[in-house]
Amino acid sequence: MSMVLILEWVVGIALIGGAIACVTTENILAAIVRLSLLSMVAVVAFALMRAPDVALTEAVIGSGLVTFVFVVTVKELFAKEDKNEEVH
Amino acid sequence: MKKFISFLLILVLAFFLMTSLNSSLDFFNPPNSLDETRMSNAFIHKNASGGSDPVEFGKSTGLEDGSANIVTSVVVDYRSFDTLGEITVLFISALGVGLLLGAGTGAKQRSGFILKTAAKLISPLMMVTGIFIFTHGHLTPGGGFPGGSMMATAFLLNYFGSGSISTDLKSLKWMESLAGVFYIVIGLIGLFVAGSFLQNYLPTGTVGHLFSAGIIPIIYVLVGLKVGSEVSGIIADFSKSEVTS
Repeated sequence: MSMVLILEWVVGIALIGGAIACVTTENILAAIVRLSLLSMVAVVAFALMRAPDVALTEAVIGSGLVTFVFVVTVKELFAKEDKNEEVH
Repeated sequence: MKKFISFLLILVLAFFLMTSLNSSLDFFNPPNSLDETRMSNAFIHKNASGGSDPVEFGKSTGLEDGSANIVTSVVVDYRSFDTLGEITVLFISALGVGLLLGAGTGAKQRSGFILKTAAKLISPLMMVTGIFIFTHGHLTPGGGFPGGSMMATAFLLNYFGSGSISTDLKSLKWMESLAGVFYIVIGLIGLFVAGSFLQNYLPTGTVGHLFSAGIIPIIYVLVGLKVGSEVSGIIADFSKSEVTS
C-alpha cells in the first residue's frame, strides 16, 4: 500500500466523519467550525484527485468566505432573538 | 435507532448509486486515449479550427489558444460565454445582498491584539497572492475566481483586524462596473475583428510564457478585479448589520 493510497483512505474517512460530526452537533457555531474544517479536508481530497484549481477555490470560498457569512448571519439572528426576549 | 435506520438507508442508496453509475461510467479505469472525434480532444490539443501538431510546453508558437493551463483555455477561451454568465450570476447575487442588507451604518468590530497584528502582516501578502493567482491564470492552477476571492478574503481579514472598513466603497463599485464593461467590450471587438463574440484575436505567443495566450490574461485580470471588488462589496454589505425586514 503506497503512501498516497493511505492518505486517500485517511482523507476519505475524515470527510465522512467530519460531515457526520457537523450534522449531529446541537451547537450551531460548533457546526460552522466543523464545516470549515470539513472543507479544509476537502481541499486535500481535491489536491489528491489532481484538481488544484478546485482545491484553490474550495480553500478560499469553503473555509474562508462561507464561514464568515454563516458566523455573521448566526450572530445577527441571535442578537435579534435576544432583543425580542428583552422586549417581551 | 432513528439515526441508525437513516444511516442504513443512506448506505443502501449510496450502494445502488455507485453500482448503477459504475456500469455506465467507469470511474476507476479511465480510457487510455480519448476518442478522436470528441470535441474535448480538440480542446486539449488546441486544434479545434484545424491543424494537428502536438503542443509542446515552451516551444509551440502561434496556436489558436496559447494557454498552458487546459482548464483556463476551456473556461476563458472556448467557453468564455459561460464565464460571462457566471460573472452575471455573481453580479445579481451581489445586487440582491446589497438590496437586502445595504442600509444601516457600519458596525465597529472589536478585535484582540493577536488578530490586529497578524491581520496587518498577512492581509497584504494575501492580496499580492490573489493578484499573482489571477495574472498567472493561463499558466498555473487558479484564475480569476479564486484570485478575486482571495483578495476579498484579505479585505475581510483587514476589516476584522482594524475594526472598520477604510476602503472607499464607491471605488469598489466603479472597479466592478468598469471590469464588467471591459469584458463585454473585448468580446464585442472580437465579434467585429475576428467574426465571433469573445474570440481570441490577439497573437497567442509561446505556450508557457507570461505574455502569451492573447486575450486570456486580460480577461482573467478583469474577472479577478471584478470578483474581488464584488465579494468585498458583499462583505461590506454584511458588515452593516442591519437587516431590513
